[in-house]
Amino acid sequence: MVKKLSTSLLLVLAAMLVHGTGWAAETVVTDTGTTSWMLTSTALVLLMVPGLAMFYGGLVRTKNVIGTMMHSFGAMVIIGVLWPMLGYALSFGHGILGGFVGWDSKYFMLQGIDDTIMSTQIPEYVFAMFQGKFAIITPALIAGAFAERVNFKGYALFIALWSIFVYSPICHWVWASDGFLFNLGPMGAIDFAGGTVVHISSGVTALVAALFLGARRGYPRNVMHPSNLVMTLMGAGLLWVGWFGFNAGSAIASNLATARALTVTQMAAAAGAFTWMIIEMVHHGKATSLGVASGILAGLVAITPAAGVVQPVGAFALGAIAAVICYLAIMVKSKLGYDDSLDAFGVHGVGGIVGALALTFFIRPSWMAEAAAKVGGSWTIWQQLGVQATAVGVTVAYAAVVSLVLLFIVEKTIGLRISEDDEMSGLDHSMHGEQGYGLINPN
Amino acid sequence: MKLITAIIPPDRLDHVREALIQADITRITVSRVTGHGRQEDIEFYRGQKIAPNLIPKVRLDIAVNNEFVDITVDTIVKAAKHGQGEIGDGKIFITPMEQCIRIRTNERGGSAI
Repeated sequence: MVKKLSTSLLLVLAAMLVHGTGWAAETVVTDTGTTSWMLTSTALVLLMVPGLAMFYGGLVRTKNVIGTMMHSFGAMVIIGVLWPMLGYALSFGHGILGGFVGWDSKYFMLQGIDDTIMSTQIPEYVFAMFQGKFAIITPALIAGAFAERVNFKGYALFIALWSIFVYSPICHWVWASDGFLFNLGPMGAIDFAGGTVVHISSGVTALVAALFLGARRGYPRNVMHPSNLVMTLMGAGLLWVGWFGFNAGSAIASNLATARALTVTQMAAAAGAFTWMIIEMVHHGKATSLGVASGILAGLVAITPAAGVVQPVGAFALGAIAAVICYLAIMVKSKLGYDDSLDAFGVHGVGGIVGALALTFFIRPSWMAEAAAKVGGSWTIWQQLGVQATAVGVTVAYAAVVSLVLLFIVEKTIGLRISEDDEMSGLDHSMHGEQGYGLINPN
Repeated sequence: MKLITAIIPPDRLDHVREALIQADITRITVSRVTGHGRQEDIEFYRGQKIAPNLIPKVRLDIAVNNEFVDITVDTIVKAAKHGQGEIGDGKIFITPMEQCIRIRTNERGGSAI
């Protein structure tokens, strides 16, 4: 036993020595402060997934709560497997197929990054895992649009395909150093933490899916009350907390840029919720808890692309504008009658588009000056607006078309829309053989 | 006047409710109950098959005038059944009802139902 222990100790020492020489040869060393914050952010972004599960789970009827929460947890499981296998290589590898998507065989199963320290002074593992959390939450957001009416197997296949064919290409265009939207204009299309990649792509897909699958049985004739708004509020709170990792982590640093992102995130969320609350009090005479939760999300979604470039005034403005426009979008939805059950498009799609476009008017002067210097003359907000509109347009068009194809394929093969019988009994029973609530009254 | 009490499987609640509305029986009370029957309800708990002692059911209480008893019962039987009928599809109890009072108007008898 003692001998075994000493042998293993020796081995560990040897390993440390080898590692030490490895470090000495590297030019870039790990910055412990940045790495710590990025590890924290990675965990915070993952926290948003159960947060989203609670947010969505509380909004559906009692018979669908497990089925709906499983959409979020399903993404955590399925994309959790898929991302290190393929997703990271497809998103952050060198551009192939004319820059359509990335690929780098050394990223397959994250094999080639065991010793890599990135130029941002964090281990590449941390970056890969941080980005993986974004890949997880994005398809989970879509589930809000077709809540209460999809087959779990079909959903699982859909998000796997969607992650490969929609998320990874868009992520590559916007965030990879050789992506074409990353290099559009002097300083690239501004998408700090995922306005296009995460919110517009998922929001537009949500709209397409809601239209493709059709309304829930009885919608809009039957009222479908939320099963548990308490849980929804908890979820909204967790999302807000997690969003600090989502936005402030996207600086991939622990410095002034991080502080700016965190500050504007906080302010936009509060401004969004405040605006929504005021609108409801004027419009209905009462401020609802769901309104406050929706306002928080609208503000957070809108500030996501902008967190790196706007100042506090811009954060207030973006939060407020997003709340007003998302509120109108949801009213229009009720008029048009399509069934985006939990307003995935109304909040994420619309809020994301508002944020990505309106941020142009609030960019800090030093950023614009730098852009002008790079282009060697002048760079106006209207030119940047053109860049932003291009990024938004490309994302909307690509996500809509490819998602429609994927939805069609899944529906025709293993089926996505569940039978009327299963829908009436509820997803919890028909898809999972479980029940979310014990003896709470049915609704 | 009769009081119809039906114990049905929770996953058939919407079917029964809609069928009753179709048959013009719109005044019902619904509650969640648990109980023993002949059915062994198998559920999954962390991959283990377990048979819970008390099985969740939904109880409908419907007060009707005598001429509506048959249509109510037929409707529930048809809508609550799984396929051709399975153990666990539930039961219906019919009891005579002495009086019915509408609280708002203090009306009594059949017209209060």
